[in-house]
Amino acid sequence: MSSSPSVPRSGTATGVRRVLAVSDRTYRGGLGIAATLFVILLIAFVTSLAIKASPAFAHFGIGFITGTTWDPVHAHLGALTFIVGTLETTLIAMVLAVPIGIGTALMLSHLAPLRLRMALGTAVELLAAVPSVVYGLWGLLVVAPWVRVHVDPFIAALFGHTSIVGGAQLGIGLLLAGIVLFVMVLPTMVAISRDVLAAVPTEVIEAALALGATRWAVLRRVVVPTARTGILGASTLAMGRALGETIAVTMVIGNTDRIPSSLFAPAQTMASVIANEFTEATEPYHLSALIAVAVILLAVAVLVNVVARLLVRSVSRQQSAVGIGVL
Amino acid sequence: MTLMQLDPVLARRDEIHRIAASSLRRRLGLSRVAIAVCTLFLVVALIPLVLLLVFVIGKGASAWDVAFFTHLPTPAGIPGGGISNAIIGSLIIDGIAAAGAIPFGLVIGLALAEANGRIASGIRFAADVLAGVPSITLGIFAYALLVTTLGHFSGVSASFALGILMLPVIIRASETAFRTVPGALVEGGLSLGARRVSIARRVIIPVALPGLITGVLLGLARAAGETAPLLFTAIGNQFMATNPTQPLNALPLVVYQNGIQAYPDLQKSAWGTALLLVVLILFLSVGSRLVAARLQRVRR
Repeated sequence: MSSSPSVPRSGTATGVRRVLAVSDRTYRGGLGIAATLFVILLIAFVTSLAIKASPAFAHFGIGFITGTTWDPVHAHLGALTFIVGTLETTLIAMVLAVPIGIGTALMLSHLAPLRLRMALGTAVELLAAVPSVVYGLWGLLVVAPWVRVHVDPFIAALFGHTSIVGGAQLGIGLLLAGIVLFVMVLPTMVAISRDVLAAVPTEVIEAALALGATRWAVLRRVVVPTARTGILGASTLAMGRALGETIAVTMVIGNTDRIPSSLFAPAQTMASVIANEFTEATEPYHLSALIAVAVILLAVAVLVNVVARLLVRSVSRQQSAVGIGVL
Repeated sequence: MTLMQLDPVLARRDEIHRIAASSLRRRLGLSRVAIAVCTLFLVVALIPLVLLLVFVIGKGASAWDVAFFTHLPTPAGIPGGGISNAIIGSLIIDGIAAAGAIPFGLVIGLALAEANGRIASGIRFAADVLAGVPSITLGIFAYALLVTTLGHFSGVSASFALGILMLPVIIRASETAFRTVPGALVEGGLSLGARRVSIARRVIIPVALPGLITGVLLGLARAAGETAPLLFTAIGNQFMATNPTQPLNALPLVVYQNGIQAYPDLQKSAWGTALLLVVLILFLSVGSRLVAARLQRVRR
């Protein structure tokens, strides 16, 4: 016993106990301080943004959220244009990502041959780690020219010449931003949906098969309904990523402070306007207004993430990629 | 009276067979079509992801030569430029971020693993939500806290933002790793009269080490590729700079700033830098996976 370095060598039993008690209290206290510091950091984060944004909120009032004029020189600043831009790009991305993500997740959890599932599953998880700036570079230099030549005319022909597909087909713009976001959030969507789909108990699946259900009927009527909450959570989490994505969107959206009149028109999102104008904001209220945009973005992102985490947590186990906070 | 006439079901046997067979055909047909659609979706999902890697590797590799890694950037049109300052800058920024975030994150992870109360689960949830916060808002936090106080852009302000980005990954991964340590080991230590802090140092941390390394590598991978928070913290630098209190260049900034230029040689260096980033991050992610796989093997 006395050779054990963790037990004090001298003193009576009471002395030992006292040393232990003091030491344990210090240890727990140290851990508590670290946790407290983390909470303080979070509070400092939110309050510093709120303080810096308050001049803009105070000056423009509700008009900041409902106004569409963004004129820093004359201090007429309304952020609705960017709120709409964020919602539209996110919508395009999710319309593509949800069905394709669920289909792919079904393949990777139940349909594909076992070896392929493992290989593709790992590949998808690794792709989720590719930095967004790389997606942006690829979107701008490779996808944009391709979209201009092949996708834009095709969609314009498909919908006739209604106003949502009118205007110049530049490649860069709302549609491209949506497509690039779709590609970006797909790995997240697939990886989490696959985890929750794979977690459906085998007994339920076997019971359905024993009743004579086809493979699709098992997936459609048993597996997907069982994993519904988790899939909703995965979609919400992917949506959170799409809402807050900055650099990839900034590179491909065209950065125009106008509510896009067409699917092909250049636009601006909350994140991209901050990235574009932050270091150039010298006019009064401009910087504060940009931080106010960030506050709105943060509020939306936190709300979406709280909902997503609650949904995913209710179904997924700690060991999954979600549990360790990777995705 | 025959059996057929007595039993109405038996009498309609052929009809029932026909209905069952057609229902089965219909259901099997639907199943086949639906599975084909899923397969199509898998292909649609894989094509852009494969194309992304093909372009990054193809275009990036052609930008790689010795000068690319050892020289400073040159103006557009002048050949022989490199990204040495961005490599050094990224190492400094990420290094400082890691030096702060790793110990802090691990201690918080340990605290969460040792606690089971309401407060602990609140902090855990906050860490999860922090993982989904748009990185650009953390850049603004670093700007408000450090750039405005110091009066100029700097590498440390970027490190601060990236450190916060790494925190949730490290906290949650390390907590999971700490929790896998068998309770019997901890109780064994307690029964020998060991102090909590010795148990943490001699039992919990060594046993959880592979999981901790995984978490740290994933956190680094997340921070190394982030661009948005660097835009108004590190801001970029055309020269060789190693002082973290001054503006620094970084790899993701090169990809962004050169990628949006119209000059082919700047775009080329953006591709080369993108490849370097992807290689670096895949290296970290695969490394973390190998550590995790090794952990699984040892446990078994």
